[in-house]
This record gives sequence, C-alpha cells and structure tokens, in this order.
Amino acid sequence: MTWEAVIGIEVHVELSTESKMFCSCEVSFGAEPNTKVCPTCLGLPGALPVPNEKALDSIMAIGLALNCKVAPNSVFHRKNYFYADLPKNYQISQFDVPVCLDGYLDTTVDGETHRVGIERAHMEEDTGKSTHVGEGGRIHAASSTLLDFNRSGVPLVEIVSRPDIHSAAQARSYAQALRGVVAELGVSDARLEEGSIRFDANISIRPEGDDELGTKVEVKNMNSFRSLEQAVDYEIKRQIDLVESGGTVIQETRHWDEEAGVTHSMRTKEGSSDYRYFAEPDLVPMEMGREWVDRIAATLPELPEQRLERYRSAGLEDTLAAVLSGADSPLRGLYEDAVESGADARAAANWVTGEVTAWARRNETETQDLAISGSQLAGLLALIDDGKVSASAAKDVLDGVLLGEGDPAEVAESRDLIQISDSAAIDAVVDEVLQTNPDAVESLRNGEDKVLGFLVGQVMRATRGKADPQLVNATIRERVGSG
Amino acid sequence: MPVEIDIAHVARLARLGLSEQELDHYRRQLGVILEHAARVQELEGEPSVDVTHPLGMVNAFREDLPGDSLDRDELLAQAPETRDGYFVAPPALEG
Ligand SMILES: [Zn+2]
Repeated sequence: MTWEAVIGIEVHVELSTESKMFCSCEVSFGAEPNTKVCPTCLGLPGALPVPNEKALDSIMAIGLALNCKVAPNSVFHRKNYFYADLPKNYQISQFDVPVCLDGYLDTTVDGETHRVGIERAHMEEDTGKSTHVGEGGRIHAASSTLLDFNRSGVPLVEIVSRPDIHSAAQARSYAQALRGVVAELGVSDARLEEGSIRFDANISIRPEGDDELGTKVEVKNMNSFRSLEQAVDYEIKRQIDLVESGGTVIQETRHWDEEAGVTHSMRTKEGSSDYRYFAEPDLVPMEMGREWVDRIAATLPELPEQRLERYRSAGLEDTLAAVLSGADSPLRGLYEDAVESGADARAAANWVTGEVTAWARRNETETQDLAISGSQLAGLLALIDDGKVSASAAKDVLDGVLLGEGDPAEVAESRDLIQISDSAAIDAVVDEVLQTNPDAVESLRNGEDKVLGFLVGQVMRATRGKADPQLVNATIRERVGSG
Repeated sequence: MPVEIDIAHVARLARLGLSEQELDHYRRQLGVILEHAARVQELEGEPSVDVTHPLGMVNAFREDLPGDSLDRDELLAQAPETRDGYFVAPPALEG
C-alpha cells in the first residue's frame, strides 16, 4: 500500500519586544536566571496582567504578511495545565477568537511553488525555562528540575498551519520560508538555536487517496531545519512500519532525540477539552479596528517571496533570483542601487552574488562595510560593456574600488587596466607579431586554425593583457586573409 | 436533569488524590452545580450582556516600556529549594 503523510506545523515565535507580554519585566536573552521577574510573570496571587500593545502590533504584522485576516474582535483565554515552568497553572493564550485567521504562505520546493494554508496565528505568553538535571542530564533520568522564569511571560505568537504538508522536504521549506518572513518583519530574533523560533510537527499517515485523517503524533524538540527534516522523515517511516506490522498509531507527543536520530514517546497528550479553556477574566476584549490594521499594513516591508517574484520579472533566472533574494540586505541594496544607476539587472546580480560576495569573504569584510556604491558598480559594468576593460581585468578594478582607490574609471587608469581597443595601436602590434612569426602565419594561411590562439597570445603578451582579444582576433584574420 | 460527571478524571486534571468516599462526596456536590448550570442554559435567547466581559471596556494596553523586576535574593528566599539562582522543583517526568 502507498501511504501519504499529512503534516501540519505549529510555530512559536518569541517576539523581540522590550518588555514582556503582560508585565514590564525586560525581555532579555541570556540574563542571570530569575532576575527579570515580577509578581505577574511569577503568577503570584493578586497580580494583574496588562497586555503589551507592541506585541499586538507584531502579531498583526505577522498575520498580514501571511495573508491572514485580522479579526475585528479578539479575546484572551486561560489554558489550564500543570507544569513546573508554568507558575500560574494556566497560560494566557487564545482559543476560539485568535487575532489572525485564515492565511497562507507560498514556498518553493524543487522549483515548484507549494502553498501551505495558515489556520490561525494567536497571541500567548511563553513559559519559564526548565533544565532537567540528574543522571546523564537525560530528561527520563532527571533527579530534579531547575527553573528560570526570565522567559515566563515573554510574548509568543503561535502560528498553526493547515495539514497541507506531505513530505519532510516540504516541512523544512515551509519552516525556512516562515522564518524568513518573521526575520524580514524584524519582530523576532528568529534564532532556532536560541529557541526564539520553535517548530513542532503534527504528523499522521493515511492510505493514499483517503480523505480521512489518521491519528496524529506531535513531534517536538527540533532545533535546526535539518533536525526538523530528519525528525519528520523518521516519524513518517516509524508510523508506516508500525501500521504495516499490525500496530496502531496512538495520539501522543514524541521528543526528537538528535543524537540517536529517533523520536521517543513523552506523555499521552491531554485532549483539547482537558485544557479547560475559559475567557481570561483579568483582561478586557480587544478591537482591531480598520485604522489599526491599516497602520500596521503600511509598515510591512517587502517579503522574501515578493522580492523573488520582482527579481524574476526583472529578468533574473530562478537560481540567480533565489541566491540574490537570500543575500544579506547590504548586498541586495547594492544590486538595487546599481540597477537604479542604469546597470543591467542580470549583470549586476551576477557581480553582486559572485565577485563582490567572494571579495567580502576573501577579505573577511562584513557586507555592510563594503566600500562600493551602486553607481560605482554600474560604472564598472559600463567599462566592461564599452570594451574599456576585459572581464578579468574588471575583477582587479573591483578590488581597487573596494580598497578605496577611487571610481572604476580612475582605478582602471591607475592600475593600468584599460583595454587597448584603438585599432591603429593594435594593428601596429599585430603587424610586429606577424613579422616575427612567419611560420605560424604560413600555417594559419593553410587553414591550421589552432595557431590563431598562439598568435593572439603573442599580441596579448606584447600588450601585457590589455588588448581587446576580440579585436586582436579579427585583426589577425584580416591581415593574414584567413577569415 | 442529572448530569454525568467523570469525577475521577476531573480530580486527575486538578492533581487531587481523592478517596472513594471523597470522590462520591464531590460527585454529588459538583452534580448540583452542573444541574443548576444546565437549567440556566435552558433559558431562551442571548444574554443581554457579555457575561465573560461585563465591563463594556476594550483595548486596555500598556506601552512597551521595560521596568524594574524583583530583587532575586529576596525572591529566592521565599522558595523551599533553590540552587545557583534557580528554583528547584521535583523531576518533571516520572519513569
Ligand atoms: Zn514580570
């Protein structure tokens, strides 16, 4: 039987606000444990939450970037469960009226656009951080749990996809695209290794062609795109093997073990109703009016997928467009400015992603420190186009410009890289070379074309590489009459 | 109208270890409350006020400005067990 995997992804994005979601404790990654806490984020009796407006701005930006509708009204709910890192015994979250609903994100997998529906994006608060210590540091053998509540109450946006993903590669591509959007918006540090963006996958299998969904398993603890892909891949195979050998998939949460490359069962998942959601009585409802939504929409930057489309329509082929779109923003800015100054889009993109990037890497220079303007790059490309410098000499010109030696024309001059394209000058050198190599001239006349390369080489050597090879080629053929 | 209650499940969710006698006692008490709620639900029509948010107020936010946090020594002094600035709790998972 052929099986189809059905995957939905839940993403938690920690917002990089200055203060927490419901109190004014500072949001600070890496602070000494339990130094950024107060009665509200510790869940002490009598403390009252007050929502951070900036966090609402951020979730609306995320929702709009993911083509979601912003709900006109929204409320917070309490999600009740017991865990040591949740001091109130409930998390303030959202249930049936989230801030953002019903969007999508387009991603590219193997050159094809794949659309993943977004069911919702809701606002909630993060929990504290627990470290399990004891024999071997393994969670199953822990002898106690250390708790740091600095993260407790940090604003968190949960983005829930529809089960539109059917392979590990698609899961990875969706996660990467989503991270790209969040990073572009600047609403989160979006660093996987620091946990400021976290991916959980809900995975089930069903016989291909079936409409009904199988029992889903939630897989957690993937802290890189690679481990997300591996974990999804592993879990799909595990479920298929289990079912094919007569077993049944049970609804549970499984933990990805990076070292062993397997998933382990964690605990039987409590059903949704067991969280006993109810409206948070300490918080009043929210109204996201037209004006507020418009204000946020006006601040949205160009998003990766839109940029890619713009590059493609400027004439860049897919790979080049993708490489440029993924480049640092100073490099993209250089490309934009060069095109603005009249450079050909493909030539500019090729130079930015090729030679300029290579130069930065070779010279260990941060891309924002590159000392070349868009008009200088356009100038360099014009020198090549006009036949003033050869493509290889242009790399030297670039080096000079980046080292602050002046504009491309000045560098070409001072480094003596201007191509000789004055035909009288070339004629003279060609004549001299032909006179000193009568045998080669004879061979060429007799149709031995390979000596042409030798003669061109001699002229290039005599001009120290500055002659325009095309012109030299044509001149020799014309003089020898072998054209 | 009597309401079915899985009292053992409710107790488990609340992390309460109850004896058979206590389970029976609370099943009866909770049953009376739920029967009352069921009667209220039989009323026709929508309530005239938002019963979960009766204040009639919306959008009470704060500006994103960081403020002071608690003194850690004073805070940790309230806890039964601490280590290196952390609170110490029993292991999170059994088994
Ligand atoms: Zn706080």
